[in-house]
Amino acid sequence: MSPNPPKKEYTRKDFASDQEVRWCPGCGDYAILAAVQRTLPNLGSSPENTVFISGIGCSSRFPYYMNTYGFHTIHGRAPAIATGLKLANPELDVWVITGDGDGLSIGGNHLMHVLRRNVDLQIMLFNNQIYGLTKGQYSPTSQVGKVTPSSPLGSIDQPVVPTRFALGAGATFVSRAFDTSKRLPEALTAAREHDGASFIEILQNCPVFNDGVFEMITDRKTGPAHQLWLEHGEPMKFGADGEKGLRFNPESLSLETVTIGENGVTEDDIVVHDESNASLAWMLTDLPGVVALGVLYRNPGPVYNESATAQKEMAAERFGAPDLHALLRQGHTWTVS
Amino acid sequence: METSAAARVQASPRETLDSVVIRFAGDSGDGMQLTGSQFTTATADAGNDLATFPDFPAEIRAPAGTTYGVSGYQIHFAAHNVQTPGDAPDVLVAMNPAALKVNSDALKPGGLLVVNTGAFTANNLKKAGYESNPLDGDSLDQFRVLAIDISKMTLAAVKEVGLGSKEANRCKNMWTLGLMYWLFGRERDQTVGWLKTKFAKSPKVAEANIAALNAGHIYGENAELPHGITSYQVPAADLTPGEYRNVNGNEATAWGLVAGARLAGLEMMYGSYPITPASNLLHHLSRLKHFGVTTFQAEDEIAAVGAAVGASFGGAIGVTGTSGPGVALKSETIGLAISTELPLVIVDVQRGGPSTGLPTKTEQSDLFQAVWGRNGDAPLVVLAAATPGDCFYMAIEAVRIAVKYMTPVILLTDGYVANSSEPWPLPDLDALTPFPVKHHEETEGFHPFLRDGNTLARVWAVPGTPGTEHRIGGLEKARDTGHISYDPHNHHLMTQIREQKILGIAKDLETAKVDQGDPEGDLLIVGWGSTYGSISQAVRALRESGHRVSHLHLRHIWPLPEGLGDILRSFNSVLVPELNNGQLVKLLRAEFLVDAESLTRVTGQPFRIGGLIDAVEERLRNGS
Repeated sequence: MSPNPPKKEYTRKDFASDQEVRWCPGCGDYAILAAVQRTLPNLGSSPENTVFISGIGCSSRFPYYMNTYGFHTIHGRAPAIATGLKLANPELDVWVITGDGDGLSIGGNHLMHVLRRNVDLQIMLFNNQIYGLTKGQYSPTSQVGKVTPSSPLGSIDQPVVPTRFALGAGATFVSRAFDTSKRLPEALTAAREHDGASFIEILQNCPVFNDGVFEMITDRKTGPAHQLWLEHGEPMKFGADGEKGLRFNPESLSLETVTIGENGVTEDDIVVHDESNASLAWMLTDLPGVVALGVLYRNPGPVYNESATAQKEMAAERFGAPDLHALLRQGHTWTVS
Repeated sequence: METSAAARVQASPRETLDSVVIRFAGDSGDGMQLTGSQFTTATADAGNDLATFPDFPAEIRAPAGTTYGVSGYQIHFAAHNVQTPGDAPDVLVAMNPAALKVNSDALKPGGLLVVNTGAFTANNLKKAGYESNPLDGDSLDQFRVLAIDISKMTLAAVKEVGLGSKEANRCKNMWTLGLMYWLFGRERDQTVGWLKTKFAKSPKVAEANIAALNAGHIYGENAELPHGITSYQVPAADLTPGEYRNVNGNEATAWGLVAGARLAGLEMMYGSYPITPASNLLHHLSRLKHFGVTTFQAEDEIAAVGAAVGASFGGAIGVTGTSGPGVALKSETIGLAISTELPLVIVDVQRGGPSTGLPTKTEQSDLFQAVWGRNGDAPLVVLAAATPGDCFYMAIEAVRIAVKYMTPVILLTDGYVANSSEPWPLPDLDALTPFPVKHHEETEGFHPFLRDGNTLARVWAVPGTPGTEHRIGGLEKARDTGHISYDPHNHHLMTQIREQKILGIAKDLETAKVDQGDPEGDLLIVGWGSTYGSISQAVRALRESGHRVSHLHLRHIWPLPEGLGDILRSFNSVLVPELNNGQLVKLLRAEFLVDAESLTRVTGQPFRIGGLIDAVEERLRNGS
């Protein structure tokens, strides 16, 4: 099936399905849905060539609200199903929607492998640090001590850092944003433009079971002091007036938060972001007192589905047109007369 | 009865035999599988009908000389129709003491035993658990023993080539093959050509192996064989004229899947995770990319079937292959394909279970898992291949039903049918009926669960098609819109529709019929899958003895073919032999309320024909 090129200018409405959205009032998923529906028309996407594939969980209801092709699959397996779809039709624009439980707990294995294979997909992981659909148990990203119905004395699990997991798996594109951010469309656009598996962690508020867990970062007042928006080739500064920044400490081999103008720190001390530097990206996954947002790492590599296509073409070239008659006669045959 | 092959050997006339069973046995590093398969090719060339059974250990390189490292290859060839690799061997080739220890009980009294005395060292005898050398005592007196120091003979034969002693010693299987070729009047040309190709990059190794092969043959020509041992001939069988090849079940399944996808006009996506004894399917298919096959070696069984489901959603035919433990892991995803009504083919090459069980041994114990093994009321189609060659046709049938009815289909084969080979009359490809798939493109009144009134299959609209954008998933769907529905009445209806769709496929299948014998009588033997050959031969023998016994073999396990109940009720009793603890028998009792009896064998080995005959005669004597 060869997809049809977009014939018309699409708008946000063309990407919204007629289904009533059933997330809890105030859920961060609403903002993410709106951002996606707003962004897709600007990317040259068409509803018929776009597919959203999800697993199980609150976030995984997402495909029902998009007027594109969609597949609400089973818990944790969306990356595998998306891989098969992309192999069957590489022309499609395939997005995977997952959450911290779906992607990092039950589906951790598939997430790891889809990232290392570098299948050309956008993978949006909604991280709310809680299990919402099963009513509030701690998730693999919940902080130690989190009191939930299944951890009345506090969770004793060490949490996983999603962007660190992605880098460890060999992802070629790792980014982070949050649900209500005005810059979410920008993050989605960058992910879509990347050739290969693009991993986007989206910090998402669950107003029912984990309300305010990212408030320090997302709040209008406290946010600027805790958001570091990364720009390739630019010094990594943050704060209301850009007065803070990251300096490399050669003794501890880590990044530290400093204030420009204090203790002899100058603009020149601030590290310049390099998206292709994996060591730097690793340090940016978990910073003291600030959260790195935007593209942490971008370093294109061989794309799995393109390699698969190339091998099929190579086989066609080497072995010629398929001939089942000849195939069955490969090796030794004999005739009984 | 002289033939030209026998006439070439002047020394003594060959004794004519009607059928022979040979078992080659040695250490897993001794090359017994290659030896056996070469003997098989030469035997097919000689015009015999044949069946083979490789029996190898689960360990890749078990410690040399141990009993658990013994690898075997049995071939049954005859001047008449052959359907099984035979019960007890007439000839045993034992390359070391462990091979003798494991196999001597199986050899028929009076059988020919060829032993490599060079491997009967104190150390090897101890590893095999012999307190004294069995070649010295009288324990082998019931056999005709041909004791030769094959190791020494081989080293002498290949000395001039100048290989190291380790490599030279490896040629002893070809020396042995040469001797066996002489004993049974087989031609060497094909094997010589095969060795040249196989060792094209190391001509010295090829030369040495050919020298060993020839030396073994010359030994047979010149040596004075012990009393009672002579050379043999087995006249050609009366096979149906045509072009033949040897095929094993995994090869035939792979080719059948490719043929099926082509008849459907679809690309195939085969997702798999390596597992014994199904891995060869992945190996075969990965070499067929130019046939529109994409192979995906997934991170696990779940991802393998997930990718297949994703590919089917995208409009290709998604296929996954595995064995019993893998099917268990795939169950939830198979349920998703049932709920979303997507085509999917799952090949289950069964092995001994439960759990890891007996990975390299055969069993038919996944029938329940295939028919019932999912959460919810989750019907699908289950097929079973009867012989290696039948795998080709059943794989096509699996693809046909999957795409026509938008359903997962499980094709059951097993370790025995997957690895055994038989001469296969090559199919007439032009005679296969195409079943081209047309994806749904009509946007008017579209919803994803629009059904064909006849087949009840839903429409297959694929991403990339303008105007049929839709969402599907594992949640229950409203039957008239495809949207999520929690309506109780709707769920009841959808459950019934899913069941009716599968049961209705029976109308599309050949009506049940007796494979051998009369449509009524004293006893009906109902079999399924790889037991076809054993049951068929046993029933032939029983009928020749005057028993009113018939054989019916099921290739469609679910839905069952129409008319089966009437046939079952036309016999005084029904016996269901299975390589499990009684599964099909329970299905038949539940479906038809017939008093079918079970005959089970769970030894990891196929049925012995003699065992089946004894069991039936005992029942008939007891008036059952």
